[in-house]
Amino acid sequence: MAYLDNTPEQQREMLATIGAASIEELFAQIPAELQLKRPLDMPPALTEMELQTALGNLAKQNSERQGTCFMGGGCYDHFIPAAVDAIASRSEFYTAYTPYQAEASQGSLQAFYEFQTLVCQLTGMEVSNASLYEGGTSVSEAAFMAMRVTGRYKKVVLLGSVHPEYRAVVDTYFSDLECEAIVVPTPNGIADFAAVRDALDDQTACLVIQQPNFFGCLEEARELVEAAHEVGALAVVSCDPISLGMLVRPGEYGADIVVAEGQSLGTPLQYGGPFLGILACRQKFMRKMPGRLIGETTDRDGRPCFVLNLQAREQHIRRDKATSNICTNQGLIALRATAYMALLGKQGLGEVAELSCRKAHYVAERLTAIDGFSLAYDRPFFKEFTLRCENGAAEALAKAAQAGFDIGPLLSQFDASNQTDLLVATTECRTRHEIDALADALAQ
Amino acid sequence: MRNTQATQLLFDQSHPGRRGITFPASDVPEGALDEMIPAAQRSKSLPELPEVTEPAVIRHYVNLSTLNMSVDTHFYPLGSCTMKYNPKRHERLAALPGLVDLHPYATAHSSQGMLQMLFETQEMLAEIAGLPAVSLQPAAGAQGELAALLVAAAYFRDRGEKRTKVLFPDSAHGTNPASANIAGFECVQLPSTDKGFVDLDLLKEQLDDQTAVFMITNPNTLGMFEREIGTIAEMVHAAGGLVYIDGANMNAILGITRPGDFGGDMMHYNVHKTFTGPHGAGGPGSGPIAVRDFLAEYLPGPVVAKNDTGEFQLEQPAKSIGRVRSFFGNVGILLRGYCYLRTLGAQGLREVSENAVLNANYLLAKLKGVLPVPQGDRCMHEFVATAKSLATKKGITAMDIAKRLLDYGFHAPTVYFPMVVPEAVMVEPTETESKETLDAFAAAILAISEEDADYVHAAPHTTPVRRPDDVKAARQPNLRWTPTCE
Repeated sequence: MAYLDNTPEQQREMLATIGAASIEELFAQIPAELQLKRPLDMPPALTEMELQTALGNLAKQNSERQGTCFMGGGCYDHFIPAAVDAIASRSEFYTAYTPYQAEASQGSLQAFYEFQTLVCQLTGMEVSNASLYEGGTSVSEAAFMAMRVTGRYKKVVLLGSVHPEYRAVVDTYFSDLECEAIVVPTPNGIADFAAVRDALDDQTACLVIQQPNFFGCLEEARELVEAAHEVGALAVVSCDPISLGMLVRPGEYGADIVVAEGQSLGTPLQYGGPFLGILACRQKFMRKMPGRLIGETTDRDGRPCFVLNLQAREQHIRRDKATSNICTNQGLIALRATAYMALLGKQGLGEVAELSCRKAHYVAERLTAIDGFSLAYDRPFFKEFTLRCENGAAEALAKAAQAGFDIGPLLSQFDASNQTDLLVATTECRTRHEIDALADALAQ
Repeated sequence: MRNTQATQLLFDQSHPGRRGITFPASDVPEGALDEMIPAAQRSKSLPELPEVTEPAVIRHYVNLSTLNMSVDTHFYPLGSCTMKYNPKRHERLAALPGLVDLHPYATAHSSQGMLQMLFETQEMLAEIAGLPAVSLQPAAGAQGELAALLVAAAYFRDRGEKRTKVLFPDSAHGTNPASANIAGFECVQLPSTDKGFVDLDLLKEQLDDQTAVFMITNPNTLGMFEREIGTIAEMVHAAGGLVYIDGANMNAILGITRPGDFGGDMMHYNVHKTFTGPHGAGGPGSGPIAVRDFLAEYLPGPVVAKNDTGEFQLEQPAKSIGRVRSFFGNVGILLRGYCYLRTLGAQGLREVSENAVLNANYLLAKLKGVLPVPQGDRCMHEFVATAKSLATKKGITAMDIAKRLLDYGFHAPTVYFPMVVPEAVMVEPTETESKETLDAFAAAILAISEEDADYVHAAPHTTPVRRPDDVKAARQPNLRWTPTCE
């Protein structure tokens, strides 16, 4: 077998040192009646060449039917500079474990400290952790954190314009807890202030806002944050990191906890994961945070260095009293985001945001000029919008696919009663030529 | 030779006007941004990200990478973490177009290849577990635990049973109680016997009609197989509870024995341990769960199903607990696991466990003279030795050994876990290490035990930094760089 070093002769020598007659003898502590008496029923082993062919065939089944990507819904086809892959391919990074031994892990520790700093710069917040699983669980973790901060364990309020899968994750996490997740409907594509104020009260731990929201629309985020603060609740803002190259940063309008799906920062779509959960907050909430934190300190010789910090919050120390059960973070994906933000810098991020925004508005202009297509919500949007298709969203999606363009997702996927709407998103990668061709296809 | 200039903080290398990438000019008709997004919604300034060129970014992170120990550069016998070799073919195959760039909301029609891969992964994981139903959704082992506990809660709710307690031995991973707490259960920790096994009398005392789940790692965190697991499972089942197997130590038993066959009702895998997803300095992981048939309809979803015409599709199980994360799962890691399982086949998987157990027992035999193993002469894929006598006699602690090993070019074992062994040194060599490496490692530990205690206590001597001040870090937390005023 390709990955084993021991030769049969060495195995014999090792058994002699152990004092065992055979490898089977080493398994004697497993009662015989519990041992499997047959080989596992697995497909036959493949050589590297055979595996490459097999995977190549599976990949081709997808790629042959894939179109140019205009899809949205929480993850996006942004450009990834080759240098991001080069850095993430350093096997000193990707084959290392969690940096428990600081002396043997300064590379990862410093990179994560830089990640935390970059996330703060991006969001306008004061502290960031070293990453969580992805956008959806980050919302749940933020809700739990808000309960710890406010001491209110009974209720959180989420806008209906928060990603439906993020809301579903919160529902799952809360299913056996006392806490209720109240959803305020957003029939007009954004929050209705009267309804939000009705839902908020002095038992509410937090209000969860998504900016831009799931439908692509911009919320009146500053006013929503104020509404939360009026009842003593925290304001949790889930944002698209790329949009922060243009939009007001959550830290500028008073958000208490900022979460995000960080996939757009240099990680490919890969059918939904691994992605990157971002969580940043105000300094004063630092000790209530979930997940790993990296801190700067000095070593025995007074040299600056980095360590895992405030570990007393975590499950391996605090067990059932931990701030979260999370153990792994998304180290490698956080490294990708670090490299991405380092390469883009402030100007690059601004350009990606502006290009995505301009192109999205051009797509919207071209598509809504076609009979039977309109914007579902007449609201400002950033790089994504909800397209209403009078003749049915599924038909529009099929028509686009026929011409080699992927749009969507269909909103019927989240709400079966909605058969007319779908999401369309653009990134800096789309060209005018592609946009015109998509419009021509839908106009047919 | 170290380049310390390049490893200064990224932010200290920033200068206004430097660029790491440029983008093409807009090719769509010009329009006023004010007409697209109201001025009040736009920030007046760009985020203060650093400004650095591509060569500088590359030199910075490549030099930082050299400050790490990793599986590709060093023996990394970190107990409980299964730091085995990560095959390079996986990295190439995971980057194939059609896999790496597939949007999670792509239609089933345009993701048949992906769905087939995921479906086959479900099937293989079910077979290895001896448990028929699998959900690939959990992002990591801890999330798998949480998901399975919610499955158990939903199952009992459905049966009208109010069971509030989750039991686990004191040798359990910290994630077990943390997950049980988040799932809304009361945690009951059981002291182990002096041999580190489940105390059957204590278990019997605690089992009642309030017991929902007994969580157990098997092989346990001492690297021992719970011989009485059959009896334990019978006792839990007789009380109406479910048995959860923490699959962190599956590397010891692939194709040898199966959680479903020794009484487990639910389990999670750590694909990033057992099936070589690279650890990525702390993630991403992937924590699929497998359950018995009567729990299948509660699994988190979506899961992949094959319909009558042979097409693959996503499905939500009938009484699903719902989603535990957005999108499908950590597909990139599952894909690496799939490649590994297809490469090994049944025979290869068995050889993995045989050699993992052989390597661990060999190292135990070489080390027990200086680091005794309270649990005995035999282990599964890892063992927990104690530096207690060395600490008493010479003042060399488990931490000292861990730090000094770094000087010898070995990553440290896990130390001070599990807490049931004093001065614990937990060693897991994995199957991908050679006898020569194990011999060199054992020789290093023997040499350390004979070194001057003060010298060892001052170790490491050769690493870029030495014994960082954790107390200072916690008292005056500095979690981000901030510009200094000039």
